[in-house]
Amino acid sequence: MATTTPSQETIAQEATPEWKVRARRREILVKLGVTTFAAAVLALFLMPMGYAMVTSLKTSQQAADPQAPILPAEAVTFEYEGKEVDVLQVPIDGETRELAIVRKGRQDSDFVDPGNLEAGVITWEGAWRQLSPVREPAWQWGNYKEAWDFINFPRLLFWTLLYSFVTLIGAVTSSAFVAYGFSRFKFPGRTTLFIVLIGTILLPPAVTLIPSYAFFTWIGWTGTWLPLIVPLMFGNAYNVFLLRQYFLTIPREMEQAASVDGAGPLRTFVEIILPQAVPALTAVSLFHFFFAWNNFFDPLIYLAGNRDIVPISVGLNFFNGTYDTDPNLIMAASFIALIIPLVIFFFSQRVFLSGIVVSGADK
Amino acid sequence: MTFSDAIAESRAGPKLRRGKMSDSEKHEAKLGLAFISPWLIGFLIFYAVPMLASFVFSLMDYNLATPEDAEVVGLANWARMLFDDSNVWQGLWVTTRFALISLPIGLAAAFFLAVLLNSTNLWGRNIFRTLFFAPSLVPFVASALIWSQVLNSQTGWVNRIIELFGINAVGIDGIRWLDTPYLIPFTFTFIGIWGIGNAILINLAGLQGIPTALHEAAQIDGAGWWRRLRTISIPMVTPVLFYNLVLGAVGLLQYFLQPFVLNGTTGYPEGATNFFMIYLYKQAFDFSQMGYGAALAWLLFFYGLALTVILFGTQKYWVYYAAGD
Repeated sequence: MATTTPSQETIAQEATPEWKVRARRREILVKLGVTTFAAAVLALFLMPMGYAMVTSLKTSQQAADPQAPILPAEAVTFEYEGKEVDVLQVPIDGETRELAIVRKGRQDSDFVDPGNLEAGVITWEGAWRQLSPVREPAWQWGNYKEAWDFINFPRLLFWTLLYSFVTLIGAVTSSAFVAYGFSRFKFPGRTTLFIVLIGTILLPPAVTLIPSYAFFTWIGWTGTWLPLIVPLMFGNAYNVFLLRQYFLTIPREMEQAASVDGAGPLRTFVEIILPQAVPALTAVSLFHFFFAWNNFFDPLIYLAGNRDIVPISVGLNFFNGTYDTDPNLIMAASFIALIIPLVIFFFSQRVFLSGIVVSGADK
Repeated sequence: MTFSDAIAESRAGPKLRRGKMSDSEKHEAKLGLAFISPWLIGFLIFYAVPMLASFVFSLMDYNLATPEDAEVVGLANWARMLFDDSNVWQGLWVTTRFALISLPIGLAAAFFLAVLLNSTNLWGRNIFRTLFFAPSLVPFVASALIWSQVLNSQTGWVNRIIELFGINAVGIDGIRWLDTPYLIPFTFTFIGIWGIGNAILINLAGLQGIPTALHEAAQIDGAGWWRRLRTISIPMVTPVLFYNLVLGAVGLLQYFLQPFVLNGTTGYPEGATNFFMIYLYKQAFDFSQMGYGAALAWLLFFYGLALTVILFGTQKYWVYYAAGD
């Protein structure tokens, strides 16, 4: 991946020490500048993630309050003579003291010091409404439990994972067969068929959507997972393309040796090719998993009549519709939905990123 | 390796002459067709037949709620769509305007991030690459919800950050991203910006494919960073930009999820989120008008096809393919 330029280093070594020091210093400054810039851009790019995290831990009141501090916090109260009173920041004699307000007046108000009640009532002249409340950090972890229970996350997770894994096996297996067919055998019309296959990427799904929907309704599959699973069992252009590219790099000698030993094409494929294509198969499986986890439109229309079996994407949308006055809960639910794909990505990023590069533009 | 390279490569080699195949060639052809048969069957069932059916549907008045009343109405759906339904044109306009604003921003952002992530002057490049890519795996529903909150005019951080630069952004008379019709294309560009991870990586691969000798030679000739970017990097990655442009355009014509999650089929504000697919969804699935929905789908298809053909036609003016490709 890295493209270092050794020529620069060689030049630096041959130069005089003084020159070398200056060049080195300049290089470090440039690197520092570029890295700082990248970090700033990254911070902006990921900022909504921080917002979501912080908001998910606030009370809904605080999440909707434009004046609220950035971090989850709630106003401190103090129990005085059986009543809950607010603790405010009061400027007295040049210092700011945290005092509980016990009498609110227009011209002056009475306060007590929660830490030193014996000092008695302190009267402060001024408008108490101008004073800002004392806040203490209050992280509402309960939001996660509430969101979890409301969307019935275990059930959503069950259906999402079931869908992901069943279709993963079917889609990757069928794509591998098709890719092998395109990469190793000559047959009439191969190029045309390959162009048609790639062309399906550019075909808007909307064109086939309506007859498919009518057909699945007619045979009684809507409201079940079948219309979401069965069409994925027949190979998919992206997967076939990526796997075919990979199969082409596997030397043919091994297959020839296997066929001399009497192995049929199916056995050769399963025993020789697939074990060598594990990196590509892993990448394709990961792509599929993320696709399935993300798929929204198909479950939205095909499972419309059956809310009990929707996957997480659609479940999250229902949740949004129900809880639109509680941004904190929506953020908590969004976080629950995004955490599994992100964790899987961080564990598999090497395979994943190299897979995209192969499928995308460069080999 | 782009799709077109792969196709060209599969054409290479001795041509098969039909009718003159030897037995072993016939055997090989049979095996090949057997291996690709899952796709052939799937293509027939889930692409070819539905496409034909879709055309037939478009000539029918077919309500899924009352299928027994279905009847052939000829070109009535097409006529209604093209001449009598202003929602169609609004949908095309909203979608096109969004693509015209969102695509250039997205493509430019992906390219410049790729340049940044490819810089030898960047410490921790792999960490940066991972972190810039990660948000593209956030489920779209979740990222739409998160971005809509962060763009909230009262409590969102976007306006608070803008406020730091001395611009009045927070509040009722501030920047109301989600409620101002002319801001909607920009708002949804923000909402989708986490999705540029793939485009970044494809650009990155393109940049890495540029022979280092080109940059070194230019450097010796005294070309600075900007000049090398303009005269080497950009021309050399135009095939990649083209690829991202075509896939991006085709994808954006079907833009649906984000406006649907945030505004349903209401078009709020003032019809600014009446994307074409939202209207199609409304007709086909809210009103069960399968015939009219199919006609709308064909219109979208022809529009996308025309756009793709035009984009391919512009290739020769700006896309640079190194000799020999």
